Amino acid sequence: MSPQATRQRTPVRRLVSATRWLTTPLLPEDYLGLVNPLWSTAELRGRIEHIHPEAPGTVTITIKPGPDWAGHRPGQWVKIGVDVDGVRHWRTFSLSAPRTSDGRLRLTVKTNPDGVVSRYLAERAEPGEIVRLEQADGEFTLPSPIPDRLLFLTAGSGITPVMAMLRSLTESDALPDTVVVHSARTADDVIFGAELRALAARHPRLTLHVRHTATDGRFKPADLPDVCPDWTTRDAWVCGPADMLDEAEAHWRTADAADRLRVERFRPVLAGAGGEGGRVRFCASDVTVDADGATPLLDAGEKAGALLPSGCRMGICYSCVGRLRSGQVRDLRTGEVHGEEGHLVQTCISAAAGPVEIEL
Amino acid sequence: MTTNVTEHLTPSDYAAIARELDAIRDEISADLGDHDADYIHRIIRWQRGLEIGGRALLMASVLPPAWVAGTATLSVAKILENMEIGHNVMHGQWDWMRDPKIHSTTWEWDNVSPAEQWKHSHNFVHHTFTNVLGMDHDVGYGILRVRAEQPWHPANLPQPVYNALLAMFFEYGVALHDLDLEKIRKGTADPEVTKEKLRQIGRKIRRQWGKDYIAFPLLSGPQFLSTLSANFSANIIRNVWAHMIIFCGHFPGDVDVFEVTEDRLEGESKGEWYVRQLLGSANITGGKLFHIMTGNLSHQIEHHLFPDLPSNRYAEIAPRVRALCEKYDLPYHTGPLAKQVTSTWKKIFRYALPGPKTVPVPPRAPLAKEAVAA
Ligand SMILES: Cc1cc2nc3c(=O)[nH]c(=O)nc-3n(C[C@H](O)[C@H](O)[C@H](O)COP(=O)(O)OP(=O)(O)OC[C@H]3O[C@@H](n4cnc5c(N)ncnc54)[C@H](O)[C@@H]3O)c2cc1C
Ligand code: FES
Repeated sequence: MSPQATRQRTPVRRLVSATRWLTTPLLPEDYLGLVNPLWSTAELRGRIEHIHPEAPGTVTITIKPGPDWAGHRPGQWVKIGVDVDGVRHWRTFSLSAPRTSDGRLRLTVKTNPDGVVSRYLAERAEPGEIVRLEQADGEFTLPSPIPDRLLFLTAGSGITPVMAMLRSLTESDALPDTVVVHSARTADDVIFGAELRALAARHPRLTLHVRHTATDGRFKPADLPDVCPDWTTRDAWVCGPADMLDEAEAHWRTADAADRLRVERFRPVLAGAGGEGGRVRFCASDVTVDADGATPLLDAGEKAGALLPSGCRMGICYSCVGRLRSGQVRDLRTGEVHGEEGHLVQTCISAAAGPVEIEL
Repeated sequence: MTTNVTEHLTPSDYAAIARELDAIRDEISADLGDHDADYIHRIIRWQRGLEIGGRALLMASVLPPAWVAGTATLSVAKILENMEIGHNVMHGQWDWMRDPKIHSTTWEWDNVSPAEQWKHSHNFVHHTFTNVLGMDHDVGYGILRVRAEQPWHPANLPQPVYNALLAMFFEYGVALHDLDLEKIRKGTADPEVTKEKLRQIGRKIRRQWGKDYIAFPLLSGPQFLSTLSANFSANIIRNVWAHMIIFCGHFPGDVDVFEVTEDRLEGESKGEWYVRQLLGSANITGGKLFHIMTGNLSHQIEHHLFPDLPSNRYAEIAPRVRALCEKYDLPYHTGPLAKQVTSTWKKIFRYALPGPKTVPVPPRAPLAKEAVAA
């Protein structure tokens, strides 16, 4: 059956496609958006409702998502698009709370002193602001049924996805035997410190260990038997800085318990960053070529036989733009290295800075 | 080149001009931010509000005052959409915001010309080969003789009438533009490509007519005909306005055209390209609102130097470009609307008749190589 035939011609659909005759070449929502920007089906949006300080340098942001938000499981993350100085930036944040009864989302953001988005959200964003969202995703979640014994090992802002799971478990009274081992620099730095202590006081099945790294040093996986002797037999969730995750993975592997371990990385492992030139893959054309750091992607691709859109070949007409899937490019005009997943780059004036995948 | 206004420029002048103009571009690009984003968001909100307002007024289009007010509002909305928003968005002026809703690759505008085809014929062909005879089809739109260098043909005699018709139905002229009538006439165009382009144009026309000449008239019930006439008038007003502004951008007075030479396009240096853009364009003076209503094509010179810088910045760039022209003793074509329109139409009338004889300028010694080395 063709896709058309399977799609239902409901009255609502008919009405929507009829109104499209009135709004062409735009969509009805482009006009409805003047009234309520959340009414959008082309891109999911949300409105920031509150921003409140959670701990030093950390804020919790409450967002009302548009009607198309499909919900999330505790522990999942959401991609959020924020306009900073006029430019859209996308970042990923764990949802720090399960879905609330009023349908709001909560993110807890720790400021990175050099960070574009985290600093913006913590210091400049205002309630009322519209942000773009993508549906929640991620597998750092609770399985069903919930295992009998859980272990959460976190550090710093790594507590956020775990907090969503803890809140969900305690709210629904489904908390099994649970150990939480959390590290922060000092007592003041503990994100959700008061709430964690209150939960531990209220729920005898919850054991909380907080390590203050400024005085007691970093928590090592080797310290685990002291706080949680049966760690190898617990389902474990680990979230924190990259080196902590690397250590945990090695440790669980050595103990032959890797299948019980789930980790969440806040920072993808960067491959080949900073290098000049690199392997370029044109995904739609299915062409791969090694390009040096001085050759425009357009030239490199064409030489390798890819049929690519182009025009002026000097950076003025935008005929040649393609969407980056991964990697970074050097603007041959300015020498600036830039690019993030999803950015549109002009292939005629961009060269590879490391391996690049582009959707052309 | 048909004139000698650039004869005094040395290769190092060209290199210096390129450096100075590049510096302006870098400075503005680095300064783009919230202020600019707010500007385009505001214009888009205004445009959509005006469109809704105009359409709403026309729900009472049997009443003459509502007809007039509705038609005027809708005309303004359509002009803003095509010129300050559509044209400029499709140039990539707002791509730096990385908003897929306001992006050159996704924008479709409110007239019968499919965005994709227009981007090719305009952004690439016209902006790259600006005013190069035989390469820039905007020179006379393939049907008018606007240069002494174009050979005269008896068919040019009624061209003032053609031009008036082109003005009224400009959007169709723009739509047919990318078909490259010249090639079709000579039989060198790929018939499959032409057919596919025509199909796209047909689809776009169906959608546009469906909206303006069926859906909204039907929605206004018994006022079907008066709403239809209002929508038709708004499209004509937009067409005439756009045609006027665009023709003033390249044809008035002594704006240059360029003979094609191999090195013109092959070895042209950045500085020479800039100078060709400078000499091939003309500005129109006016107030802030006027500039917005022209899509800032009243700053045609700045637009041609920096086609992908946001239009709201052209006004502040203009005095700097003008100063550069003075420094290098280059003409900066500008004038009030009435003057530019008159001068354009004078040409249309003059070149309807044969002549005048042109004295071919001997080809300039190529200086591109040295300029690049300098
Ligand atoms: C699945 C997932 C979930 C996440 N959940 C959260 C969360 O709940 N709360 C939270 O605060 N953040 C979370 N992050 C991190 C977040 O997405 C951003 O990376 C972080 O906020 C920094 O963004 P920025 O724009 O401020 O910094 P950028 O401007 O991107 O970076 C500034 C500098 O910091 C470095 N940097 C970038 N990200 C990190 C990082 N994570 N750690 C260390 N250095 C970095 C960059 O290399 C650069 O040098 C999560 C990330 C992922 C992938
Ligand atoms: S081909 Fe023109 S911008 Fe790239």
